Amino acid sequence: MLDKTEGYSTADGRQIGGVLMEMKNITLRFGGVVAIKDISFDIRQGEIRAIIGPNGAGKSSMLNVISGFYHPQEGEVWFKGYRRGPMKPYEVARLGIARTFQNIALFDGMSVLDNIMTGRLNRMKSGLLSQALWWGAAEREENENREQVEKIIDFLEIQNIRKTPVGRLPYGLKKRVELARALAAEPQILLLDEPMAGMNVEEKEDMSRFILDVNDEFGTTIALIEHDMGVVMDLSDRVVVMDYGRKIGDGNPDEVRRNQDVIDAYLGVAHD
Amino acid sequence: MLYREAGDFKTTYRDDGQTFPIRLDRWGYYVTLAVAFGIIPFVINDYWASAVFVPFLIYAIAALGLNILTGYAGQVSLGTGGFMAVGAYAVYKLMTAFPDISIVIHILLAGGITAMVGVLFGLPSLRIKGFYLAVATLAAQFFLVWLFNKVPWFYNYSASGQITAPERTILGQAVTGPASTASAKYLICLVFVFALAWIARNLTRGTLGRKWMAIRDMDIAAEIIGVNPLTAKLSAFAVSSFFIGIAGALLFAVYLGAAEVGEAFGINKSFLVLFMVIIGGLGSIFGSFAGAAFMVMMPVFLKNVLVGSLGWPTDLAAHIELMIVGALIVMFLIVEPHGLARLWSLTKEKLRLWPFPH
Amino acid sequence: MDQFFFAAEVLANGLMTGVMYALVALGFVLIFKASGVFNYAQGVLALFAALTLVGIQQGQIPFAHLINAAFGTSLHHFGWTVPAVLAIALTAGVMVALAFLIEKLVLQHLVGQEPIILFMATIGLAYFLEGLGDVMWGADIKTLDVGLPQGISDSIEGATAEWFGYGFFIDRLDIWATVIAALLVAALVAFAQYTKQGRAMRAVADDHQAALSVGISLRFIWVMVWSIAGFVALVAGIMWGTKSGVQFSLSLIALKALPVLMLGGFTSIPGAIVGGLIIGVGEKLFEFFIGPMVGGATENWFAYVLALIFLVFRPQGLFGERIIERV
Repeated sequence: MLDKTEGYSTADGRQIGGVLMEMKNITLRFGGVVAIKDISFDIRQGEIRAIIGPNGAGKSSMLNVISGFYHPQEGEVWFKGYRRGPMKPYEVARLGIARTFQNIALFDGMSVLDNIMTGRLNRMKSGLLSQALWWGAAEREENENREQVEKIIDFLEIQNIRKTPVGRLPYGLKKRVELARALAAEPQILLLDEPMAGMNVEEKEDMSRFILDVNDEFGTTIALIEHDMGVVMDLSDRVVVMDYGRKIGDGNPDEVRRNQDVIDAYLGVAHD
Repeated sequence: MLYREAGDFKTTYRDDGQTFPIRLDRWGYYVTLAVAFGIIPFVINDYWASAVFVPFLIYAIAALGLNILTGYAGQVSLGTGGFMAVGAYAVYKLMTAFPDISIVIHILLAGGITAMVGVLFGLPSLRIKGFYLAVATLAAQFFLVWLFNKVPWFYNYSASGQITAPERTILGQAVTGPASTASAKYLICLVFVFALAWIARNLTRGTLGRKWMAIRDMDIAAEIIGVNPLTAKLSAFAVSSFFIGIAGALLFAVYLGAAEVGEAFGINKSFLVLFMVIIGGLGSIFGSFAGAAFMVMMPVFLKNVLVGSLGWPTDLAAHIELMIVGALIVMFLIVEPHGLARLWSLTKEKLRLWPFPH
Repeated sequence: MDQFFFAAEVLANGLMTGVMYALVALGFVLIFKASGVFNYAQGVLALFAALTLVGIQQGQIPFAHLINAAFGTSLHHFGWTVPAVLAIALTAGVMVALAFLIEKLVLQHLVGQEPIILFMATIGLAYFLEGLGDVMWGADIKTLDVGLPQGISDSIEGATAEWFGYGFFIDRLDIWATVIAALLVAALVAFAQYTKQGRAMRAVADDHQAALSVGISLRFIWVMVWSIAGFVALVAGIMWGTKSGVQFSLSLIALKALPVLMLGGFTSIPGAIVGGLIIGVGEKLFEFFIGPMVGGATENWFAYVLALIFLVFRPQGLFGERIIERV
């Protein structure tokens, strides 16, 4: 059992901090269907935390609970030592939780640059009048935030498509722009919803590299869901395994790999 | 090397974010301004002012307003006529109640009042979307027109039920009423257009504009990245209605001089402005101007050809105009749903690469 | 007591108006279900149908004004009249041809566009058809008479006067219109529910791709649905045209059907019927009780405001399905 306040050291020598977010006995129902049943786990400062499971295991629902899009009927969500009540999604974003989407939710009518700039909307405070006249705070803010966004653009190597409308980009680049938008918010927790879905091996390698770099460079805590076991095991520090809405395993990749329930869920088991 | 960005390096983010990044565009803009402010006022006559320039400028403001709401924030409105009526009746009440205050202030206040009414009728947008919202805005259209028709206080109990603009002056020049000159009317509209277009450009390139576009492109995602839909949608309704209210105030006070609400601000006005925005290009400042110019000039052109040259009866010409407008709308939507603005930018794209397209 | 009977009379009239609204709304729902197009032109279709019917009946020469203006001739009529039944059949033919043309020239090129673009295209279509109707048949107000009985029903007035001591004024045309509209509504529901084409139509409504994959022709369904909508428009045009003359305002019944749709849900056939009745009765009663206090003519907006208030509390309409949002 891990200590609540003390961290731990990873295999590659990184120091993981205390609990940043904690899910306590979460249950989520849609009508009569139970999507998540009594799940508890925590996410620690600076770690890469994965939630895996077969299709229909309730991973996406779990991510939506973390991001505040769904409100669980039972259980508590604790963030930075405070219990999070039911909040509007945009309020959750303002707490410092950013995410990407499985089916890419970029703003197709806007350029790559504008899309990434939307990640910083919550840091821009200039008033209506200042914006209307493009004078004072509005212009200063725009240029300061642009500078931050340019750093992320450099980091993710998308300089050459800055001004391209997002709708025209290929799938892999869209995923990267979405990551950039989430990073632009400088989140406390970055949620990635199947970041590798639909990618070929090369794109997966790129994406894995970016995820590791983000964690390394900015120290961002990352929670991701994914059903590609291989990638997840290489990337993450600790893994939660879900099946039919329940948690069947939790621990570092090696522990999870040895867990009999996990093996059964993934390889199938003869029911008698 | 006519139309190039190569060699025109931007060294600051400020330069990179400017309105006309290409030098030739910038010159074109300055030349247009010089002609509009320096030449046209001195040569304009009554026909050109009342047939083309004044309605073009006023409708450009209305189109900018609707484009902010529909093109940038993605909320379709069919209540433009009703909101223009609010602007018109507000300016009328203010003009007659406080004759000593400058009409410029009255027009701005009329915009502000319309903004408030717009927010009120924008509230349902928080619950309903798409068609439902479009139809819901018709409630504003019908209710407002009915209100101005049925409550005599709004038209100062005049026997005809009409409102008539009294004479008001700016710097000694009459801009409303029968004594106003073509160039005075033109200039006051031009000043408002210039200022409002500049404001529209500023709002749409900054934080607020990005919030609007995020809501338009994918509202759920926008909310999850931290856009409050309440403030984003209502601010779009407010700003849009402010523009439309000013357009309504100018249309009544400067252009028409006298108005009856059902006739001047009926549902056809809502559609007219919507068409300007579609034909011009949703989500484009330039498109608002292009659409307004097109929809104002086409009837003038058709009338000159059909009635003037061919000698056909005016009612027949009006019906053919309806057919042509309808067919053009459909054609535009099929060929280029993004309107004249997109055609223009495609042309520019070609020009930039010319003569080596590969 | 009189007040009560007045109200009852208003209620009866409201119900009959409501059936007409339901009929027009049904035209919308059919097209929306089968093609996802919100057809703003429905009202103008009714106007166009009525104009065509009058034109054919009276033997008008189409485009006479245009031909006269272009060639200096002075054509107006062929000089014959066509019996009502034949004229109705011919007009129905014209409406089917129109449906075919609309599919061919407009819809086919807009497949896969966003719903709002399609909606705007139908506004353009409405303008075009309005202009076309006027150019073809002239814009003067016409009277339409296909032999439907008109005038206050003496028998109802007599009977009610005897029973209640108060004679109900009910127009015979309204009664006929109600009966015909009710029959048509029933026929359409039966068609959608029990015939092969009706099933295909509902399949298309559910999922275009899936319908295509089981061998249903989208184009056929669209032409069919627009033809039905044209036929519904023709019936509505006959009723309203007989009642208040064939003129531009006829196309405004479409605007009355919109709040009906908001109330009932855009995809629900029972919704269109119930919504139509609620709006018909509601606006008449509101005008009767509240109208005099606020200057009258509340029918112009009551339906919209009612629908709007209702939608704020139940965004999917009376019978619409609840939308679960996902990301």
